Amino acid sequence: MAAQQLLLNVDNVSRVFGGLKAVSDVNMQIQDGELVGLIGPNGAGKTTLFNLLTGVYEPSGGKIHLSGESVGGLRPYQITKRGAARTFQNIRLFGDMTVLENVMVAYHMHARHSLFTSIFRLPGHFKGEAEMREKAVEFLKIFNLDGKKDEIAKNLPYGEQRRLEIARALAARPKLLLLDEPAAGMNPQETVDLMNLIRWIRDEFKITILLIEHDMGLVMGVCERIYVLDHGQIIASGTPEEIRTNPHVIEAYLGQEV
Amino acid sequence: MFNKKFFLYLVLSLVFYGVVQFLITGMWLNDFYVDTLVLIGINIILAVSLNLINGFTGQFSIGHAGFMSIGAYVSAIMTYNFQMSFPVALLAGCVAAALAGLVIGLPTLRLKGDYLAIATLGFGEIIRIVWLNTEYVGGASGMNGIDKLTNWTWTFFLVLITILVIQNIVKSTHGRAMISVRENEIAAEAMGVNVTKYKVYAFVVGAFFAGLAGGLTAHYFYIIQPTSFNFMKSFEILVFVVLGGLGSTGGVVLGTILLTLLFTYLQEYPELRMIIYSLILIFTMIFRPQGLLGGFSAKKMVKKGGSSQDGSSTTSA
Amino acid sequence: MFEYIVQQLINGISIGSIYALIALGYTMVYGIIKLINFAHGDVFMVGAFVGYFAAKAGLGLFWSLILAMAVCAILGVLIERLAYRPLRGAARIVILITAIGVSFLLENLGIYALGPQAKGFPEIVTKTQYTLFGDVTINSVQIIVLAVTVILMVLLQYVVHKTKMGKAMRAVSYDMEAARLMGINVDTTISFTFAIGSALAGAAGVVFAVMYPSVDPLMGIIPGLKAFVAAVLGGIGIIPGALVGGLVLGIVETGVSSAGFSLWRDGAAFAILILILIFKPSGLFGKNVREKV
Repeated sequence: MAAQQLLLNVDNVSRVFGGLKAVSDVNMQIQDGELVGLIGPNGAGKTTLFNLLTGVYEPSGGKIHLSGESVGGLRPYQITKRGAARTFQNIRLFGDMTVLENVMVAYHMHARHSLFTSIFRLPGHFKGEAEMREKAVEFLKIFNLDGKKDEIAKNLPYGEQRRLEIARALAARPKLLLLDEPAAGMNPQETVDLMNLIRWIRDEFKITILLIEHDMGLVMGVCERIYVLDHGQIIASGTPEEIRTNPHVIEAYLGQEV
Repeated sequence: MFNKKFFLYLVLSLVFYGVVQFLITGMWLNDFYVDTLVLIGINIILAVSLNLINGFTGQFSIGHAGFMSIGAYVSAIMTYNFQMSFPVALLAGCVAAALAGLVIGLPTLRLKGDYLAIATLGFGEIIRIVWLNTEYVGGASGMNGIDKLTNWTWTFFLVLITILVIQNIVKSTHGRAMISVRENEIAAEAMGVNVTKYKVYAFVVGAFFAGLAGGLTAHYFYIIQPTSFNFMKSFEILVFVVLGGLGSTGGVVLGTILLTLLFTYLQEYPELRMIIYSLILIFTMIFRPQGLLGGFSAKKMVKKGGSSQDGSSTTSA
Repeated sequence: MFEYIVQQLINGISIGSIYALIALGYTMVYGIIKLINFAHGDVFMVGAFVGYFAAKAGLGLFWSLILAMAVCAILGVLIERLAYRPLRGAARIVILITAIGVSFLLENLGIYALGPQAKGFPEIVTKTQYTLFGDVTINSVQIIVLAVTVILMVLLQYVVHKTKMGKAMRAVSYDMEAARLMGINVDTTISFTFAIGSALAGAAGVVFAVMYPSVDPLMGIIPGLKAFVAAVLGGIGIIPGALVGGLVLGIVETGVSSAGFSLWRDGAAFAILILILIFKPSGLFGKNVREKV
């Protein structure tokens, strides 16, 4: 895996909430095509770090580069346009829209027809809309959701909602996909399916994935490299093997099975 | 797409227009009916445009009467003081209202839920107070003797254009972007939707058509006064939208027609009319919050912070 | 000049304290069920009318006040039970629209039953001017308004901080579910909050009617909106905030009027509202809370 390119560079990033350092001096380098896990005890600052990477919060200090471009402090939609898409810990689908429309929203930022074109129904509108629809349907096929494309998203069973959220994020064609606890609320069988799906996504779409997970089996099984966050700081990083035996990690998880 | 259904509706509405116009020309419809038809048309423009902001984009605005007043005053000034032609005056009113929408929208749209509602209400009232204090437009007594240029034809075709434009927006990627903002603002932004831009778009387009309705009103009823555009008027428009069904253009159009008719026929009992009106509002909210005629449930509008899973979220904002 | 300013301050504080009384109801209700109770201004109107009829029947200020407060407390509880309770758990916007409906209903029932014309309020307080110093005067009505406000404020502080019900109110407004799990009767607590808030509005209605001696069914709209502005200004949900917000608003308004812009007076209130909402939506005393992602 030599000669890879640095995709995400997190350089000394901190975030302070009212005097409390939720994330402090985090450094993280992710290469193109890696599948990386981010773990840590509850309240370690994992989701906060995700929020910093995706622009929900602005870093109090430090720099974030995506493909060499500084993204720290940009709005979330700007960061998404620059190639990072995410899912959420608590699913955030567009509940009253159909499955297909959910995915089509992700194509919105690539749309070439303007509001003006749509209002006056100029030819560009029909062409653009048809393309989007076609692409979205194709996309849903990959995730086995095309049969349900006209269902209202909130009526899907839980597992399919999770899958739809991942599909929606992928439809934005990111270079970096951030998954926030994708296995939350899933049973063991669903978790195994999800592991396979994640690995397959990485290979099929040739993208980089960073995921937060509580399910150690999933993290250890699927990730090539793991960062461990505790009290807002990275206390260890390395391969699953290294992490499993790292004394700092064991200490942080004391009493918990690693 | 311009499919069969679209042409069917178009033909049907043109037939409707033709029949009514024929009846008016032949003097079979007296002024009372024409007044009612024009009033329904103006209310539809108001309700459908507010629905773009409140129903589709999920931004709770209750300042629509303010934008309407801008359209009314500006277009009246254009015809009355500058002898402009009616369409130019109407357009000027629309553009002025849209500009006001832009100016007001940019700072306020950061606010959420009921805070936004109150801010828009405040802006609406400020606009009214500005008219009240402007001698050029007659202050409290308003403008009198505006030419009656609005008629059934103008109203009908402008209603048609309004509905078409709003539907064309809603049924496009831009409309989906707006709806995604309503559904989950954070997810929308994470999917690359410039949330602020689409809120402002909705606000500006909504204000534009409110201005159009104002211009039509001014040139139908001869007289405009600041009090006609107070927040009660904004509430009235809101009621059309909510009862018709937030986020459903068809529902809103039907709801507006029914309510305007109900209102007109209860005109002889003005106090009872308002009592009935408020009771309908309360009972609808309690028993049918999705509106009388469908549309999505207003319940969604405040659950922005929540996961779509449990719906037990609380948002502080 | 100094005397002029002091005089305006006195005038501002007396109208401001009426706003504060109404604002308290807004703020308490918002604090507990996150509802902008649009009907609150109309409860104030009902209070004024109860005071009007009581005074007509020969009751003095004290009993008129008590009666108005009692009737409004009952009205407040009824409104909550009939209109808002069925919507517990529904979206805030749905309840907000319902509140607008209730407001319309009260206003129009008022017009239907009592006619739209304003009625002169009987003089139950003899208006005498007292000179404080120089040209600065205060009249008996202003003194009464201030006294009523201060007494009710002290009582409210006592209720909220020293009684079991007050503790329950604070608990429910902090976390309704947790309060319920701790065995607090949430429904009773909410009813109680409406009762107190509405009673304060009723009292405000009476003193307002004594001050501007007239009553009409739509009299609650503008003071209601302004009291709401006061509540937002102080930080909605925060009881001392409502007091300060009311006073500040009263003073600003009086200042704007006395500077010769009386027609802009209402505009000033809304301008304050918008500035606060844009720059510090949590109000002067509030803390910013942001959505958890």
